[in-house]
Amino acid sequence: MLHGTAIIFTSFAYLGLLFAIAYFADKRADAGRSVIASPYIYSLSLAVYATAWTFYGSVGRAASDGIGFLPIYIGPTLMIALWWVVLRKILRISKQNRITSLADFIASRYGKSALLGGLVTIIAIIGILPYISLQLKAVSNSFTILVQYPEIIMPITVGETPAREDTALWVAMILAAFTIAFGTRHLDVAEHHQGMVAAIAFESLVKLLAFLAVGVFVTFGIYNGFGDLFARAAAVPKLRAMMTPLEGVAGGYANWVWLTILSMMAIMFLPRQFQVAVVENVDEKHLSKAIWLFPVYMLAINIFVLPIAFGGLLRFPDGTVDADTFVLTLPMAEKHELLALLVFIGGLSAATGMIIVETIALSTMVCNDLVMPVLLRLRGLRLNERPDLTRLLLGIRRGAIVLILILGYLYFRLAGEAYALVSIGLISFAAVAQFAPAILGGIFWKGGTRAGALWGLSAGFGIWLYTLLLPAIARSGWLPGSLLDDGPFGIALLRPLQLFGLAGLDSISHAMIWSMIANVGAYILVSLSASPNADEHRQASVFVDVFRHTGEAGGARFWRGTASVPDLYSLLARFLGTAAADGAFVEYASAKGLAWPDPALLADAGLVHYVEVQLAGAIGGASARIMVASVVKEETLTIEEVRDILDEASQVVVYSHRLEQKSHELEAATAELREANERLKELDRLKDDFVSTVTHELRTPLTSIRAFTEILLDDPEVELGQRKKFLGIITKETERLTRLINQVLDLAKIESGNAEWAETDVDLKDVISDTLGAMGQVFKERNIEVAVHLPDKVPLVTADLDRMIQVMLNLLSNAAKFCDAGNGRVEISLVERGASLQVDVRDNGRGISPEHQTEIFSKFHQVGDTLTDKPHGSGLGLHISRQIIEHFGGRLWVESDLGCGACFSFTVPTRVSARAGYTSVPSPIGASE
Amino acid sequence: MSEFQSKGQRFVALCMLGLVLFNYPILALFNVSGTVLGVPVLYAYLFVAWAALIALMVIVAETVD
Repeated sequence: MLHGTAIIFTSFAYLGLLFAIAYFADKRADAGRSVIASPYIYSLSLAVYATAWTFYGSVGRAASDGIGFLPIYIGPTLMIALWWVVLRKILRISKQNRITSLADFIASRYGKSALLGGLVTIIAIIGILPYISLQLKAVSNSFTILVQYPEIIMPITVGETPAREDTALWVAMILAAFTIAFGTRHLDVAEHHQGMVAAIAFESLVKLLAFLAVGVFVTFGIYNGFGDLFARAAAVPKLRAMMTPLEGVAGGYANWVWLTILSMMAIMFLPRQFQVAVVENVDEKHLSKAIWLFPVYMLAINIFVLPIAFGGLLRFPDGTVDADTFVLTLPMAEKHELLALLVFIGGLSAATGMIIVETIALSTMVCNDLVMPVLLRLRGLRLNERPDLTRLLLGIRRGAIVLILILGYLYFRLAGEAYALVSIGLISFAAVAQFAPAILGGIFWKGGTRAGALWGLSAGFGIWLYTLLLPAIARSGWLPGSLLDDGPFGIALLRPLQLFGLAGLDSISHAMIWSMIANVGAYILVSLSASPNADEHRQASVFVDVFRHTGEAGGARFWRGTASVPDLYSLLARFLGTAAADGAFVEYASAKGLAWPDPALLADAGLVHYVEVQLAGAIGGASARIMVASVVKEETLTIEEVRDILDEASQVVVYSHRLEQKSHELEAATAELREANERLKELDRLKDDFVSTVTHELRTPLTSIRAFTEILLDDPEVELGQRKKFLGIITKETERLTRLINQVLDLAKIESGNAEWAETDVDLKDVISDTLGAMGQVFKERNIEVAVHLPDKVPLVTADLDRMIQVMLNLLSNAAKFCDAGNGRVEISLVERGASLQVDVRDNGRGISPEHQTEIFSKFHQVGDTLTDKPHGSGLGLHISRQIIEHFGGRLWVESDLGCGACFSFTVPTRVSARAGYTSVPSPIGASE
Repeated sequence: MSEFQSKGQRFVALCMLGLVLFNYPILALFNVSGTVLGVPVLYAYLFVAWAALIALMVIVAETVD
């Protein structure tokens, strides 16, 4: 049995649970283990969008025009797709500037204008207050209906309830207590209310589960699934017509589109949405999950709206039951007490969640953007001299919360069943949509000015008052109906619902069209008609370029003046309390690598800006500016100076980009230079070695020539035999000298690239036989056996004939020199290996040890002990030979084992054309391979 | 920055897709009598298109870096 007491007990238990959750979350937050630091909690808290108006009202709307309720949830989905661009920017701006409300955001953007902040606050209160009343009414109505169980009687026929039994009053009082307890516990510069957010997330879960439970019950409990339900509904002609509702209705699609646009604005600019999405956001990264989780939530809570609406219309065909109550009355009619109770709790959670967040958001606005700016300007109050203002701030907020809830309750009691309350949901949406031009324009367009925003907001709000609120009041019977039918003073063009004769749309679309034209038009026209002043220009840059200037120092660039650290500290302490002020200063000082207090801490532009931002978190941007200005001597920047700073900044960015590029280029050039320098040093060292070796080599023959000439000169008595011998030595040494000089010259030419190469087709067989002919005498003298293996025909190579002979001579004379003295044997062979010819010259001398095998190819290297052995050559021959072979693309190397002779080999690539001609006549060797 | 821009651009494209899907004249194509699996065509279309749009948003939000 559902008694009033049971329902009341359950309600209190539920609200008690909310207190417990919020208390627990706050305790956890104080301990540094936040429970709301999760994208899931963030997404659920965003679902505060779904109020009692969604919970009960969606079905009501669906019952009257079918799918027409859906744009209210599809619109937000489309807007959320833009959140990555729009909300991320708003989040970043708000965090950098410690913005804690919608009013503060707009006021800060347009030069920290207190007037603008106040206007936004007033619009928000007028627009939202009735919406809060609607929630109270939903709770009250659902309670009244539930209490009648098992009868189903509409509240309108129940009559007045005594105040003692007025659920709305009780709920308002409990919510005031909750909001004060968890919304104004202490002054937090970041304005995070973790306990409140945790409770809201829980409420979102409850209302979703409750609604899904009813949906499943109606669809699958009363009927046999969607198909059965829609089939039965289609049997009723009136319901069948609702299934294609966009047809036939005048402006059907236009209404749909405007409702979509309206909801797109609402999801961003309802104060409670701004509160949970921006102010309570603890981590920007949560956005990427919330972007799809929240739409999923909205999809889920809408799936059963149509089934419940049709189910209700089928169950109560006579129209005695208000469609807004189907969610509750269907389980009641089916005698499902517990489900009905769950629905009541779900509706309660939807209503309380909205009221709590909306009240906190509005109280922050009232305190920071309405009351504080006025109080701070009233010099008689001497607020500047009060040591601790935190209690005053908290007091104002608590007062604002109580006042808002009292006003909401009174509106509900007064308006009751009036039209002004029933249709208020969308009317509230239209009110907050007026913020859109000023905010969206403000974060993407630097040209928007304070005057533009003021005029735009005023014009849009004025149209809203005239085309939506005025008709709502008139329909409630508080103004003569002729105002709507004939227009004021009988001027038909000014009829509020057909302004300037625009007819055929529903009142919301009609109001949206005119208010948006007025709002956007005034905002742009007024903004363009006068240039912004220095403050506006500065703030425009801070907001629009938020991603370009990282850190909180972004705004500090614009400040010039003098301040003192103690003044700034005491200012902060007055508004935040000493503990929070100490914390803030410690944070600032440690970021600068200093301790607090530290005399080295300078009251520079950075600190002044930091203090202003901290203060803005507590009392709003406009008030913070006034307060900071009262303790520092500020030089007023002219608009030209602000422009200069901005230009400077953008130029600095460009310069630094260029500079970075230049420095990269410079680094690369430096590396190249270093490398070149290393090479030069190496070459220089080689040259020094070369010069000293050459001089040494030149001196040896010169010394002996000189010695023998001196002997001959000094002693004319030298006998003929001796004399001949001496002259022979002199001649030989001179030849050696000449050869050495020729070779040095030769080497110099080759290495400098100045050598002349006479490239012709050379037959290596000819080269070998010519050289052997020239060397024949030498071999014969030394009694060396020469064996030659030459193929019949080899391809030609491209080379310089004389150079090739030079190489061959060098190798053969080396072989002759180092051959076994008594039993010398030299083998010469020529073979074709792939695309080159290979010549091997093998001797049977003592061989070359492996450590010498590379050295013999370097300049002036001679194998053997230079002290005991007489040098056998210049030491340049092999080096030059290798240069020559390499010049023609070949390779010169040696293979040797000590004691087993040495084999010098070189290859020269064959000429391609010659090779092509040759392959038609294969050589015996080539064939045998 | 480029990472955010590309993600942002994809989201803007999704929003534009949604504006087309849930607007005249696409909407009019489905504003006809008849049912899909027992559900009126218009209702079925709106919920399926909505779910598909959210699915695309999941992909962009969770996979694009």
